[in-house]
Amino acid sequence: MKVTFPHMGHLWLVLKTALEGIGLEVVVPPPCTRRTLELGVRQAPESACLPLKVNLGNYLEAKELGADTIVMAGGVGPCRIGYYSQVQREILRDLGSEYEMIVFEPPDVHFSEVWEKIKYLNRRPWQDGVHGVILAWLKACAVDALEQEVQRLRPREDHPGRADAIFRRAVQRLDAADSRRTINRTVKEIKAELAAIPRRKKVPLLRIGIVGEIYTVLEPLVNLDIERRLGALGVEVVRSLFLSRWINDNLFKGLLPLPGHHPEKTAPPYLNHFVGGHGWESVGDTVAFARQGCDGVIQLAPLTCMPEIVAHSVMPSVQQATGIPVMTLYLDEQTGEAGLQTRLEAFVDMLRRQKGIRAG
Amino acid sequence: MKVKHWRLGVPRALFYYYYAPWWETFLENLGAEVVVSPPTSKEILDLGVGLAVAEACLPVKVYYGHAAWLAPRVEALFVPRLVSVEQKSFICPKLMGLPDMLRAAIKDCPPVIDPTVDLARRPEEGLRAAIRATARALGAGNREALKAAALAGTRYREWLAWQREGRLIWGSNIPSDCHVEQGATVAGNPCDCLLGQGLGPIANTGAPLTIGIVGHSYLLYDRYLGMDIPGKVARLGGRVVLPENIDPTLGEAACRQLPKRLYWTLGRKIMGTALHLMEKEEIAGLIHLTAFGCGPDSLVGDLAERYAHRLGKPFLLLTLDEHTGEAGVATRLEAFMDMLIRRRSA
Ligand code: SF4
Repeated sequence: MKVTFPHMGHLWLVLKTALEGIGLEVVVPPPCTRRTLELGVRQAPESACLPLKVNLGNYLEAKELGADTIVMAGGVGPCRIGYYSQVQREILRDLGSEYEMIVFEPPDVHFSEVWEKIKYLNRRPWQDGVHGVILAWLKACAVDALEQEVQRLRPREDHPGRADAIFRRAVQRLDAADSRRTINRTVKEIKAELAAIPRRKKVPLLRIGIVGEIYTVLEPLVNLDIERRLGALGVEVVRSLFLSRWINDNLFKGLLPLPGHHPEKTAPPYLNHFVGGHGWESVGDTVAFARQGCDGVIQLAPLTCMPEIVAHSVMPSVQQATGIPVMTLYLDEQTGEAGLQTRLEAFVDMLRRQKGIRAG
Repeated sequence: MKVKHWRLGVPRALFYYYYAPWWETFLENLGAEVVVSPPTSKEILDLGVGLAVAEACLPVKVYYGHAAWLAPRVEALFVPRLVSVEQKSFICPKLMGLPDMLRAAIKDCPPVIDPTVDLARRPEEGLRAAIRATARALGAGNREALKAAALAGTRYREWLAWQREGRLIWGSNIPSDCHVEQGATVAGNPCDCLLGQGLGPIANTGAPLTIGIVGHSYLLYDRYLGMDIPGKVARLGGRVVLPENIDPTLGEAACRQLPKRLYWTLGRKIMGTALHLMEKEEIAGLIHLTAFGCGPDSLVGDLAERYAHRLGKPFLLLTLDEHTGEAGVATRLEAFMDMLIRRRSA
């Protein structure tokens, strides 16, 4: 059995560690590229949401490397993600590219099933598996912590690009790390390297919060590396969606004391109910960012994403009440770099004018 | 208790087409005057398109239009927050946010009465909570509310039975030569002018081709939005079968062949009808009517089409958006029907 899974930002690093930990042979799909997107788009239903299409591209590319089993997350509504696997299975079948699919659904529906699936996958003594899962979790936390540093540095560094280069190396080192010690050491060393990057003289910065659907927020292929672009425009990016927090909120049910989302406290009266996906969080986080003094918010969503359309629809009330400008960007296979760049520049200029800082 | 007689606006869109008899009976029995917006027109569609975000799906835009049309004419809007209308199932996420979306979009929005309807976990309790919340918003008591709900339930079941027999067409869907008066109050009245669906008599020359048309009721029965596709097919000589004509248990049963339960109520109805019909010899072909931007349909429709292809059953996908022209749709329908006729005589 050669297992693969869909890409989403740095998820691969975490899943690879966990799956290898239980003794599986893992095929990490090639990094997402335009080709991945094109492969997926060609086969998927046209108005399906973007993650489904890119995932499909990942599966097709992983197949070329010999993968035969997919491990993925499912769901039981109201969003489409819970039905991705079914549609993808049929598409792959019609293409003659058959896979075995192991879909993990929320445990409150069939806990025994989850257990069965893990047992089915597991190839090692339990202690090894647990060790692997802990390592995976530590890697998730490490990547997130370092990425946050990079977000702070991008608009401040003297020569744009250094922080990103160091970060890329960090990811490789974390991928190779096989003990808690190595992970900790990597984090410490990389942090030191980042701290040594020469900064620009003090410049007035803008701070923009990123909210939205998790896939478009975390996957740079589909958001065209928006955070790096903003950094280059002199913007400090903050976001509340991180892999480790998502794992904590969704898999550990918020057991660990990490800052989580509390849309039930922040989203009303603009949005008074959960709407699937991250729609409620998008509204709540926008309010939270406004309170924290961000200059603006960018909402990211796949075109046709249902929960984000709801969030987008109520944003006018949020803007009116809190005064924070919000720009919504829908992403799909047609989104071009030039168009995106122009919109970002215009938004940033507008925020600068509002704040009374000169461009530069 | 002094009860106010609300003039209450009910948009003729989305779930109106599933629950109108229930809602109208219930609200009227609580002493409200129910004002239903007129059938969709260009004016209403344009109103909605102007107010909604561009990325919203067509049916939601139309809903905005109806709500905006009503807003200056009523004292409150009735926009239930539909989360789930049956156990372990959902409605599309957009409907969960609809009341909030309208408040954000409509200037001078009147109060919105938005009871949450969530029957996903404990259906009976959920329904009772929704009934109580509505009654409270209208200033009525619990006893009255339960009585009104019982009447509404009876009326609703009666209406479902009529639908199944093909004896009922919607307010907005009543042909102009129909003897039943058109307008808000006829919602729920039986009407004998049929499109030929179900068991009704068929006024056609020659043996008609039987066509299954699946899709959301708010597309199939909204003559403007849905371009009266069932009517067009009937006029082209088709005998039309709609989801409402089928015993729901048959659709549910057909859906069980899917490896995973479909958790959207409407998606299951559409898929179930399609799967059930595509195995029937007498069904010459299937049409899936969908609206651009409909999330669940984008997956359900794709699956239905794949299954139909594997069975060799002709399948036509018609996607409507605000730019879809009558002519284009007519041509595609004609071509489909021609193909079916040729196929039969071959
Ligand atoms: S959250 Fe959006 S992108 Fe994700 S499955 Fe739902 S509709 Fe699709």
